[in-house]
Amino acid sequence: MNNTPERRVMSETGGSPVLRADRLRKEFGKGDALVRAVDEIDLEVAQGETLAVMGPSGCGKSTLLHLLGGLERPTAGQILLAGSRLDQMGERALARLRRTAVGFVFQAFHLIDELTARENVELPALLAGRSPRAARHRAAGLLEQVGLADRAGFLPAALSGGQRQRVAIARALANDPLVVLADEPTGNLDSAATLDVLRLFDELHAAGQTLVIVTHDSRIAATADRLISMRDGAFVDETRLTGGTRGNLGSLAGLEG
Amino acid sequence: MGHILLISRLAVRDLRHRPAQAVLLLLAIAAAAAMLTLGLALHGVTSQPYQQTRAATNGPDIVAQVGGPGAGVPAVDLGALEALTRASGVTAHSGPYPFTFVTLQANGHKAGAQVEGRDPAPAPVDQPSLAQGTWVRPGEVVLERSFADELGVGAGDQVTLNGRQFRVAGVAVTAASTLTYPHICYSGCDLSTAQLARKVPGVVWAMQTDARSLATAAEPLGYTLNLKLADPAAADAFASDYNSSHPSPSAPLLQSWQDISFNASSLVRNEQKVLQVASWLLGLLAVASVAVLVGGRMADQTRRVGLLKAVGGTPGLVAAVLLAEHLAVAVAAAAAGLLAGWLAAPLLTSPGTALLGTAGAPAVTPATFGLVVAVALGIATVATLVPAIRAARTSTVAALADAARPPHRSQRLIKVSARLPVPLLLGLRLAARRPRRTLLNVASITVTASGIVAVLCVHAGYGQSLYASSGLANPQTGKLNRVLLVLTVALVALAAVNAILISWATVLDTRHPSALTRALGATPEQVTAGLAAAQALPALAGALLGIPGGIELFATVSKDGTVTAPPAWWLIATVLGTVAAVVAVTAVPAWLGTRHSISGVLQAELA
Repeated sequence: MNNTPERRVMSETGGSPVLRADRLRKEFGKGDALVRAVDEIDLEVAQGETLAVMGPSGCGKSTLLHLLGGLERPTAGQILLAGSRLDQMGERALARLRRTAVGFVFQAFHLIDELTARENVELPALLAGRSPRAARHRAAGLLEQVGLADRAGFLPAALSGGQRQRVAIARALANDPLVVLADEPTGNLDSAATLDVLRLFDELHAAGQTLVIVTHDSRIAATADRLISMRDGAFVDETRLTGGTRGNLGSLAGLEG
Repeated sequence: MGHILLISRLAVRDLRHRPAQAVLLLLAIAAAAAMLTLGLALHGVTSQPYQQTRAATNGPDIVAQVGGPGAGVPAVDLGALEALTRASGVTAHSGPYPFTFVTLQANGHKAGAQVEGRDPAPAPVDQPSLAQGTWVRPGEVVLERSFADELGVGAGDQVTLNGRQFRVAGVAVTAASTLTYPHICYSGCDLSTAQLARKVPGVVWAMQTDARSLATAAEPLGYTLNLKLADPAAADAFASDYNSSHPSPSAPLLQSWQDISFNASSLVRNEQKVLQVASWLLGLLAVASVAVLVGGRMADQTRRVGLLKAVGGTPGLVAAVLLAEHLAVAVAAAAAGLLAGWLAAPLLTSPGTALLGTAGAPAVTPATFGLVVAVALGIATVATLVPAIRAARTSTVAALADAARPPHRSQRLIKVSARLPVPLLLGLRLAARRPRRTLLNVASITVTASGIVAVLCVHAGYGQSLYASSGLANPQTGKLNRVLLVLTVALVALAAVNAILISWATVLDTRHPSALTRALGATPEQVTAGLAAAQALPALAGALLGIPGGIELFATVSKDGTVTAPPAWWLIATVLGTVAAVVAVTAVPAWLGTRHSISGVLQAELA
């Protein structure tokens, strides 16, 4: 086992980093109850790259994703998204950045129950100040892209889990974000639905969309350019999937089997 | 027994766990109970000060008047008055005394006054009781006490009557006159009655020669006679029989002491009426408060209900625990309301300076006690029953999963809101999620705005009727103003409590969509403004409905049904002020709601 992992996990695609974290730390609680969920992480994600983050439950994967998307504030360290320091921004500026630069996909879908699929997808565009007509047009296009054009008028309760997640992915793309951050996107799905979502991420990857995916699912991870493994809040290994495995990835819990 | 103990223990634990909510609930019900206590307690205390004044001044059983200003009688028949002194049952009399109306000026005030001519010697019937100085002397007058107070004059000061200067010899009170300043409302008139100023002069006593010399062709002399009867209780019948058998305009008009006493207590009766209406309005608001509070708590307690059921609690037990909690608070609130109402009652029954003595603290009868407790329990039961039954019916699995009630979808509102700025988009959609809560919000604001508009109608009526002529403030109007102010403050305070509770319930209920909207790019300010807009839109509707509601309420309560509508700018200010106040009080819980970490809220759903 490699006990001294390389601190900075760099992109080798040659593109300039869209997303970068330096000595990122996030702590919860105080005193004896202090938990370091993210521990001095350095990271770069290049334009168009798909990065998968894997690790056991509670290792800090989701916290890292929330930090990168500005949903949580770091205890220490820097986060740069398209050159802007997220860690120094106020709530209002963070919200504005999320509108245009970040798309989130959650494990629990997090669709608004009383809105139809199309209305859910329209919402980020409306929040960004687009006209209702433009938002509607964009939503229709995205729903077609994710294969749900015929379900546009359905409420979330009338959709299957896979369909809900595809709506959530369409919503994440509504404002053409620089990066899509997906947190266990197949965690609540059966095999068939997982396959649909995998296909969708593959298409996004092919289209040059920057993706950071936190997952337990090795099939999802296999679609990435890079795979990072986490344990106890820190990166323990990195695998460049297009260039072979580096380090002792195979021995890490969570990837076995 | 064990069952009751369990319910009590669970109810007490929950109350202790949420003391702030219990206090708000207690305040809401106690306010309604206090108003109801006040309204009920004023029964039977109104005649006490008049009786004390009557005893101190040897007040008349009958006052007979003939002629005088405005009577339209060409020649006064004094013989008819003298005949009355010899009528059967009459045991003593004083007068007839001449009187006329004059214009009085003092301290920069100009007011109408009735000058009554008296002798220097004490009268056997109706000898006004001196509060200051001495009785009438040539060139010196005595002013009725409430009138003197309002003019700001006392013994030794100078007043002008029809342009002639007189020295104020003293200040006194009487039980003989229904014209005692400022009797703004007699039997048959009401708060809205216009043209009162001409009819409510202050009373001035002067030497008979001075009174006669002040009469003019436009204001000729009239005469007043005070009678004592062998049977004072028969005064009403005596006056009624005489007046019906002597319908001629030139015949004396008799008034009994009971009639005068009734008129003297007219203001307390108006207060009583206002307080009873206030107790209805506050009762309605309290129902809204409790309903929102219990509904909000249910959103917060779904998992607890699930746990209770999972460990073997029956639906009946769940409902009983909820009811027991709120009924316990209602009993405490009824006790607090009864005490507050009983303590505050003497402030409202104070007779003012026109009469002697005080009414004292009214007794809270068993009937009052029972009614107040029943109303408090009724409020709690009505408002708790629906959420309690709903909680009892919730599936255990769904409750354990903390599954919220599915929100309502209004397609038209969602479509319309897409065209609006982000805060209104969010506000309209949030308001549409829970239509029942929104309706409750509208109803609460409508009740408050109706109360405020009704109070404005009272002020508008007074403004036109009394101040316009004499320029004097009315001490009894001031007293009623205080009651109306207390009512307004209570209504506004309870409406503010409701607004906060509704906002709090909305924040709780929309934790997830709000956090999600922020994750999708809405700023905390936009979400806060959206939550405030979700309250402001029903508030605007409620305030607008409150205008006709308040006018209708006033027309219903006023005896003759006439309404002096407040100026338009008062109403516009009320609507805008109501909306601004609602936004102000809801912005705080809304803003606090946006302080929660987005990921914390979104992750909670997975827990």
